[in-house]
Amino acid sequence: MSELSVNHLLGIKYLTREDIELIFHTADHFKEVINRPIKKVPSLRDITIANLFFENSTRTRLSFELAEKRLSADVVNFSAASSSVKKGETLIDTVSNILSMKVDMVVMRHPNPGAGVFLSQHVNASIVNAGDGAHEHPTQALLDSYSIRERLGSVEGKKVVIVGDILHSRVALSNIFALRLQGAQVKVCGPKTLMPRYIESLGVEVETDLRQALQWCDVANMLRIQNERMDISYFPSIREYTQLFQVNRAMLESIDKPIVIMHPGPINRGVEITSEVADSDQAIILDQVENGVAIRMAVIYLLASKIKHT
Amino acid sequence: MLYVVPMGQKVLLNAKEISIILHRLACQLIENHDDFQETVLIGIQPRGVFLADRIQKILDKDYGIKGIEYGKLDITFYRDDFRRGGKPLEANQTHINFVVEDKRVVFIDDVLFTGRSIRSALTAIQSFGRPREIELLTLIDRRFSRHLPIQPDYNGRQVDAINEEKVRVLWKEQHGEDSVYLINQ
Repeated sequence: MSELSVNHLLGIKYLTREDIELIFHTADHFKEVINRPIKKVPSLRDITIANLFFENSTRTRLSFELAEKRLSADVVNFSAASSSVKKGETLIDTVSNILSMKVDMVVMRHPNPGAGVFLSQHVNASIVNAGDGAHEHPTQALLDSYSIRERLGSVEGKKVVIVGDILHSRVALSNIFALRLQGAQVKVCGPKTLMPRYIESLGVEVETDLRQALQWCDVANMLRIQNERMDISYFPSIREYTQLFQVNRAMLESIDKPIVIMHPGPINRGVEITSEVADSDQAIILDQVENGVAIRMAVIYLLASKIKHT
Repeated sequence: MLYVVPMGQKVLLNAKEISIILHRLACQLIENHDDFQETVLIGIQPRGVFLADRIQKILDKDYGIKGIEYGKLDITFYRDDFRRGGKPLEANQTHINFVVEDKRVVFIDDVLFTGRSIRSALTAIQSFGRPREIELLTLIDRRFSRHLPIQPDYNGRQVDAINEEKVRVLWKEQHGEDSVYLINQ
């Protein structure tokens, strides 16, 4: 197969296992490209991409922009803070205006879940979801799986535990979909107040004891506490959270096998993970960032190849 | 696996003729490149790599030229027909673990047809440095089919095929025999 089954990347939910394989296979080639002396290919020189960020982002936005530029696409950037959104313009109007300037693809981060799906039904452009509220963050899940595949050879059959604020995390949801689709076993671990109800219906198990979760897993994906999305107090204090759910050197030494540590960033050092662990050889956090560019190049390249030439 | 010749195919070159041509091409390379100290061979993916493998082996085994730098270049992301064809383009591996800066580069591809692949390769190789010069070696030159002003420096056989005809190169490693066919479509 050499074509994606979808015209947009709205969520992992809409992908097939073959789609993920194709994205990984393509990313392998782009990873080689971005390690060349000249890290750029001319494939997308007649494609224009708008990056619409209605919510803050550093890593994802830079990663997308680099991926687009390394494919030679023209890029326009937009952030809600400095735009007409503040003046009361609707999402469809904002995007339609941008598309009138002949934009072929939209990469969008938005605080509302489903914003990407909504947009894809109303405008004529390829949409890439760069995070929609607490819903999905598909490229993050793809690069996480890609990094596991790179470190451990494959994703199938691996045991992955996602630790932390599952309730507010789009990274967790996309990762659960992606890992399950590729045949991995998934557990989630964190305070009960930060577990969504019915999470088991996604085929994952809940574990509240971090040590047991780490003892079980091959890979631990550590998430940040999303204070900005918390309307009420979900646990007594950061100090208590840290005592129960922090991965530190002592914790890793108390289990009898080496596990791979991942983190989608931004890291709150000293909260969910100590510096000692984050900077150790077991952590593949910076590999994840590097792979992010290759994965996003692959996604954009494969979606762009489905835009008809006019 | 032996390739069975279907109807409407003509043998252009058999195994013996191919062997003679490969040795001649190797000798022509030696004539121009001496000990290959400054020269790198680049097989164009996917099909030029088989020919490049052979040429490299002949230079190594039959003429004792060891340690020639040899890479494989994929041109998919440099092609000028992205989004224009029916089928999406699928990439192959690029493997060049040296810099071509100031080197004499020899591109190796099996069939030179429109010249567009070589045009893409000329762009692609720039990502690995600025070569001193680039030459082109092909097994088959379909000389009346060019879209661009590109000609081979080393040539196995010229073929005056019309556009509807297809030239198919088979290699022992992949198809069980060395041969070149002209196919009427």
